[in-house]
Order: sequence, then C-alpha cells, then structure tokens
Amino acid sequence: MSKHPVVQWIDRRFPFTAFFKHELTEYKVPRNLSYWWNFGFLAGFVLVLQVVSGVFLAMHYKPDAQLAFASIEHIMRDVNYGWLLRYMHSTGASAFFVVIYIHMARTLYYGSFRAPRELMWWSGQVLLLTLMATAFMGYLLPWGQMSYWGAQVITNLFRATPFIGDQVVVWLRGDFVVGDATLNRFFVLHFFFPFLIFGIVGLHLVALHFVRSSNPSGINLKDEDNISLHPYFTFKDLFGLGIFLLIFCGFVFFYPDFFIEPDNNIPADPLKTPPHITPEWYFLPFYAILRAIPDMLGGVVAMTLSILVFAAMPYLDRSQIPGGSRYRPFYRAMFWAFVVDLSVLTYVGAQPATDEMALVGRIATIIYFSLFMVLPIISKREEAWLFVRGLPQEVMAMIAGEKESDRRKRSMDRRKTERRQGEE
Amino acid sequence: MSDDDKVQDPQRRDFLGKATAVVGGAGVAASCWPLISSMNPATDVLSKATTEVSLGAIAQGDAKTVSWQGKPVFIVHRTESQIRSMNNSPGGKDPQPDGERVLRPEWLVIVGVCTHLGCVPNRTAEGWTCPCHGSQYDLSGRILKGPAPRNLELPPYQFIADDKIIIGKA
Ligand code: HEM
Ligand code: FES
Repeated sequence: MSKHPVVQWIDRRFPFTAFFKHELTEYKVPRNLSYWWNFGFLAGFVLVLQVVSGVFLAMHYKPDAQLAFASIEHIMRDVNYGWLLRYMHSTGASAFFVVIYIHMARTLYYGSFRAPRELMWWSGQVLLLTLMATAFMGYLLPWGQMSYWGAQVITNLFRATPFIGDQVVVWLRGDFVVGDATLNRFFVLHFFFPFLIFGIVGLHLVALHFVRSSNPSGINLKDEDNISLHPYFTFKDLFGLGIFLLIFCGFVFFYPDFFIEPDNNIPADPLKTPPHITPEWYFLPFYAILRAIPDMLGGVVAMTLSILVFAAMPYLDRSQIPGGSRYRPFYRAMFWAFVVDLSVLTYVGAQPATDEMALVGRIATIIYFSLFMVLPIISKREEAWLFVRGLPQEVMAMIAGEKESDRRKRSMDRRKTERRQGEE
Repeated sequence: MSDDDKVQDPQRRDFLGKATAVVGGAGVAASCWPLISSMNPATDVLSKATTEVSLGAIAQGDAKTVSWQGKPVFIVHRTESQIRSMNNSPGGKDPQPDGERVLRPEWLVIVGVCTHLGCVPNRTAEGWTCPCHGSQYDLSGRILKGPAPRNLELPPYQFIADDKIIIGKA
C-alpha cells in the first residue's frame, strides 16, 4: 500500500504512521474482552462531549452573581440551540458519572486493580476526584438555590481542617459566604480542570499500553489469542457508543429535566435555605456517610476516607488468584454486597434527615467500611480454600508460571549485577 | 596553581548543587504566595459595611432576618415567657447562660448560619431547625440536638437608639 505523499512527508519528520501502528493497528488486545471493557472509551467520549458543549455554553454564560441565573435563562430561550447545549451538558455530567462508576465496578469485579495495574487504578482515582471537583464547581454556575446551598455546604466541610479551618473556608470562597468571588473562580476552575483531566487521561493510557488490558478470564492469553485494537475493538467500541447515544439522547430530548433539581430553577437566595437540599445523585452515597456520623469532624473524615479507601485496594486484596470475581465466590459475594450497600446509601442520602434514616445510614456506613477491612483476611483464606478445593488447570498453571518467571527474572538480575560488579 | 583551584572538587560541587536546589525551592514557594493570597477576600469585600436595623416594626414574638456581610442575621423580639424559659435552661452540648447571649433580654440577635455546614436554619415554635442535617437550636440560638458542634454565633452589635441597632460594630 503506497502512502499519500503528505503522509510520507510527515513521516520523515514525525512518527505519525508509526504511532498509529504501534498504538492501534498493531496494539494487541485479548480477544475475549466483553462489553464491560467499553466504558473507558465511553468516558473519553463523554469528556470530549462536555468540553465541546461547555466551550459553546461559555460563549454565552456570565460568571457574575447578578447575571449568572439570567444568562442561563438567556441560553435556554434566546440562544440558537442554547437549550440543546445546556441539556447535553447537564445530562452529560450525569452520564459521565454513570460511565465512570461502571468502569470502576468492572475494575473491582475483575480485580484489574492488582499488580501490575496499580498505577492505572491510582491514576483513575485521581481522575475520579478531579471529575468530582469539576462537576461540583459546574453545579454552582446556574446560580440556583440548589447550586448555592450545595456550594455553601461543601465549602463549609473544609472547616474541619485543623487550626485554620475558618480561614481556609473564607480563602476558598473569597468572601465570608458563597458570593460573586466564589462564582467567578468556580467558573474559571470549572473551565480549567477538564484540561487537567485530559492530561491525566494521557498518563492513564500510557500506563495501559505498557501493562496492557486484563481480560474477563484473568489469564494471560497466548499470543494467537490477542488481536489488534483496530479494527476489532474500535468497532466494538463504536457499537457500544451507538447504544450509549440512544440512551443519552433519550434523556436529552425527552427527559431533559430528569437530572435538574426543580429547586434549581429558583435564583440563589443567600438568606434562605430550601427546605430539603440534596446533592446531585452521584454524590449521594458519600453525603449519606457524612450525615451518618453525628460529629462534624468525624463525618468529614469518614466521607473523605470513603473515597480514598479505594486507593488501598491493591494491598487489601491479598489473593493471587487471577480474574477477580471469576474464580472467587467470596470476593464475588463481597462485590455484590458492596453494590447493594452503595444503593442503600444512595437512597438514604436523598431522604430528609430523620432519626430512622440516620440509623439506616449508620448501619450502611459500618458495612461499607467493614467490607474493606475484612478483605485482607477473607482474600487470604479464600485463596487457601480454593487451592485445596482445586482451580481450573489454566489458573493453576498461570500462578505457577508467574512464580517460575519471577524466579527466572530474579536470578537473571542477580547474574547481571554480578557481571557488572565483575567489570568494575 | 594553588590546591583549592582544582577543577575536580566533588564536595564543593555537591554543596553548590544542594544550595541551588534550596534557594530555587524557596523562590518557587515564595512566588506562590501572591497567587494563594489573591484568593482571599479582596479589600472591598472585607470592608462590607455595617448594617443598621430599626426594631420598631418587629412585634413581640415576631422575628426578622437581615443581611449583614452577606450572612443572614436573625433578630427576635422575645416574649416574657420565652425569656423566662431560656433563663431556666442551660442550653445543650455547648452550654451558655442566656444572659451572656443578649444585650437586652427581649432582643435576640444571632447569625443565622448553622454551625454545622452553613445552611440557614428555619424558624419553629421552639427556636430553629436546620433543613440540611436536622440540627435544632433553642430560642437563645443554643444547639440542642444534631450534628452542629456550637451555638449560633453572636454578631458584634450595639444599640444606637432604643429601637435601633447597628450590626458589625460592638
Ligand atoms: C469534565 C467535564 C465536565 C463536567 C463533569 C461538567 C459538569 C457541569 C455541571 C454539573 C454543570 C451544571 C449543569 C446545570 O445544572 O445546568 C455545568 C455547567 C456549566 N459548565 Fe460544565 N462540565 C464539564 C466541562 C466543562 C467545560 C470544558 C466547560 C467550558 C469550557 C464547561 C462550561 C460550563 C458552563 C458555562 C456551565 C453553566 C451552564 C449550565 O449550567 O448549563 N463545562 N457543568
Ligand atoms: S448545616 Fe445545619 S445541620 Fe448541617
């Protein structure tokens, strides 16, 4: 196949064709990847969608406490297709979290956070935190009642900082309450953070192409069982995208208000809190944990830990058996218990603060943390039990093989060092 | 050529390397300060004036919310029986006599910002309840129940006439 002269010209100066070859047409992927492996691509797609719709919204939006609310109405009523931009962006924020949470659940279910993919897991965790910050700051921009009081409550969480808590809150807001200064800086940071996210996604992908995809069996496949990313998985990704867009457009065009709190159509009033404030659905489980602890500092610490504890997963799961839940009944049961517990917390987070709800929230919070705490013991015991009970041949072979190749590598390293020392 | 003119002086080179790193690091840290400081309230925000409120229109048993430095301030014209019951109660987890929380017992002036996470509590017959996480305050603004750690704050204020106060100036 002869290349276009322009491509030839570029290739002599920049590794253009080589890059696509290396990362797409000759990048090998296990052939048994299921649709659960589509969600990383979908997250990337939604990121682009948010940046594009956001940039166009920003051409009409005014980050000023006096003008912000009216500028959103202006976008909705007067700007050509302004309603479409806004509904794509507000629905896109929820879609982003749906996709990311499924992406994380896949990783937990199949145990892909374990060696050698710890850096993928941690860079993903940083992405989640940055995404949460971006969404939180974006939510202030329409300057409705929910926007305002959400920002007021969340910035107040920083009062829990030891010694300088009050100063930190005022510093974050640039005012004694959430005000014009806060809105202006949140707009700038809401604009800026997605570009940080792009950078971190880059690191995430470099790490991915270095350690390569895991797969539902957890077993490293033979060479002939790996196929190239393009065209095989690019097309699988595109098919998944079609399904995603059907659902996404269903919300954008038929239920655009589904993800917008009615109270947010009331302009922000710094003197009156709405009778029942709730955060966006994607923050509800963490909000429920915050409310479950009667003590303010304790609540903030528990909420922070409930997100950061994921980072410990590569150490908490001590089993060497590949494939995550695939061969591990106890781990699988814990995974589903976690999913149920999260759903309960989501429900509790959305309810008004009554005594019964606080009790349910407290129990669900204890279960949340207990699952992480008992994992090291259960995973070790389960491993021993599974060895006795017997595992599929390929799995045993892989565990043995890894030990074998580890040993070989170590002795090779040793020989190398000895040689080097000999030369000196 | 004297001895200390040697080109090869690893110790000296290490020292210079470390000193450069320290000075450079300090420089970077110092140049961050203007950026951090710029995020604090600007002088016009800091100088937000005091608020004057005339109390004449507030009947006994009624309350009014005014804005002071952007924060809501609750002003309650308390009745005799309310004052009495507040005097008889020590408060909740942050006990404080009612007498220390007022200049004149019939006028309660408090910052209407929940000491938990900053929502504005709603008025009830017994005092206030916060809509966010259910903290309850009595008619002296003292925390009775819920996650809020402290009593509602008292703003600095003084009476400039019998029926007029100025908030923000003690
Ligand atoms: C990481 C991706 C992003 C997420 C998760 C996100 C999320 C959000 C959310 C939740 C809102 C409030 C929606 C509403 O209630 O209507 C919002 C509003 C807004 N965002 Fe974003 N956003 C992202 C990227 C961007 C980018 C890149 C820009 C522009 C450069 C942008 C500009 C805006 C503007 C102008 C608004 C106010 C208009 C409105 O409320 O509809 N966003 N964003
Ligand atoms: S903000 Fe008032 S109880 Fe949490």
